[in-house]
Amino acid sequence: MTHELWRLTAHEAHELLRRREITCVELTESVLQRIEEVEPTIHAYITVTAELALEQAREADERYAAGTATPLTGIPVAVKDVIVTKGVRTTAGSRMLENFIPPFDSHVAERLRRAGAVMVGKANMDEFAMGSSTERSAFGPTRNPWALDRVPGGSSGGSAAAVAAGECLVALGSDTGGSIRQPAALCGVVGLDPTYGRVSRYGLIAFGSSLDQIGPIGRDVEDVATMLDCIGGHDPRDSTTNPEPMPDMRHYLGRDIRGMRIGVPKEYFAEGIEPGVRDAVERALRRFEDLGCEVEECSLPSTKYALAVYYLIAPSEASANLARYDGVKYGFSDRSHGSMWENLEHTRAKGFGDEVKRRIMLGTYALSAGYYDAYYLKAQKVRTVIHQEFARAFERYDVLATPTSPVVAFPLGSRLDDPYAMYLADVCTLPAAVAGLPAISLPCGESEGLPVGLQLIGNFFDEGRLLMVAHAFERSFGWANRLPEIPGGRTP
Amino acid sequence: MELTADQVLHIAKLARIALTPEEVERFRNQLSSILEHFAVLSEVPTEDVEPTAYPLPLENVMRTDEVAPSLPREDVLANAPEQEDGMFRVRAVLE
Repeated sequence: MTHELWRLTAHEAHELLRRREITCVELTESVLQRIEEVEPTIHAYITVTAELALEQAREADERYAAGTATPLTGIPVAVKDVIVTKGVRTTAGSRMLENFIPPFDSHVAERLRRAGAVMVGKANMDEFAMGSSTERSAFGPTRNPWALDRVPGGSSGGSAAAVAAGECLVALGSDTGGSIRQPAALCGVVGLDPTYGRVSRYGLIAFGSSLDQIGPIGRDVEDVATMLDCIGGHDPRDSTTNPEPMPDMRHYLGRDIRGMRIGVPKEYFAEGIEPGVRDAVERALRRFEDLGCEVEECSLPSTKYALAVYYLIAPSEASANLARYDGVKYGFSDRSHGSMWENLEHTRAKGFGDEVKRRIMLGTYALSAGYYDAYYLKAQKVRTVIHQEFARAFERYDVLATPTSPVVAFPLGSRLDDPYAMYLADVCTLPAAVAGLPAISLPCGESEGLPVGLQLIGNFFDEGRLLMVAHAFERSFGWANRLPEIPGGRTP
Repeated sequence: MELTADQVLHIAKLARIALTPEEVERFRNQLSSILEHFAVLSEVPTEDVEPTAYPLPLENVMRTDEVAPSLPREDVLANAPEQEDGMFRVRAVLE
């Protein structure tokens, strides 16, 4: 049973570990060997922490022996490189933080350590989580395990690709405008963006503070629920976290979803959606009917404004958050110029990549004197309108169903020269992000041999119902844990 | 909304990012085109709409003010580009 253990889901692996049929060290070694085989092709990681992983795996085996194991004990996990990990380099995909070794653990890293999870590496990402393809990483792009000439999506493309390629069993990502859900869709795995306020951002390198949220990526819904159980809940170090206790998420799995009311906002099927994506999502909607749900078309007319709202608010917040990179306390520093101000401007010119500069400047402009009302304040007001529309929809529906991305994984390089074309990749994930609602992406079919993602959006702090509906769909559809064959990836 | 080169330089100055002349022209084009797409927001009537800063109705979250240990100074300085006598070393701010 030491054969290709990397193919297991976390809950399957936990069961075998609990029965002592495999050991944590064997499981970790299998994943590390898989990383050795496919990582030169996929490049899902910025840093692989093999030694640390084996040390944690040995400790995890002791916990199984002592009877103190949790569902994540001994499970190989990838952590997006925007989440700080004590003593392990954390770059945010940027030259600016190329050599940054955090002196403390983020809340979620602390929770994973406490649960006995095994961290195998820090996953690749678009610089400071700004991008939809992972091509904006200062450390080179990640390739989609389903088609090596395609992007994995982004910004958590490394996390999603690592899960799909067997380079970990589960992963953590972060979602500001779609950065968990869109790469999960493009890589054929499950990704959950929890409600804003569900998971503490303590130790998450900040991008858009009114939008940023950490969430799990896995090969099935159960693994994603298990991860949320581990990382969710109140944390006094992030005052935006919900003080109410979080219910046990796995409790919602395996239930009957007959009678669930599913709204299908027609605006998500408008221009720009590929026919293959539309077909797969429509087949998924018929499956919900077969499962006894009431599926009904509805309208959220302000959907089309979410992109402008997001790309004004997120860069505005980013321009303030990224002001801290001044080359004084940590990070890249250019001290070759005469004055303090020149050093500062050149530190930021050399430390930041193109897209980060573009967004900082966009945000700086939207917040600047004379433009604040027309751009930033206006965007905040339209944000209220979008929020109110969702609130009315949830008076009628339990969940909303849409495509996660209007397109399947697109070719590497195809959107790099047109920033706005790249922003359009997030068009289906932005509205829920702007409203702060929880949303999950799960595989619902294929188009052109590439995975298609179904997005389910839930009401505030209603992740339980979201996972329940997603789980029932997944069991009926039978895609869970389907993995691509990677050319060049050795099959023993 | 067509930005001028001077406006781009002004924004870059506020953002403390040095730009080459080529970058000024590239960002001018790209930012102008992006801002043009945002004009769509003017269609939405918002006279009586309050702005949303955060999605949740949490306000003035308080906690008890308890003394707790901070990070040790060596840890805080460990990532500093330059340090001296337990402090961050910077260039003179005042000439």
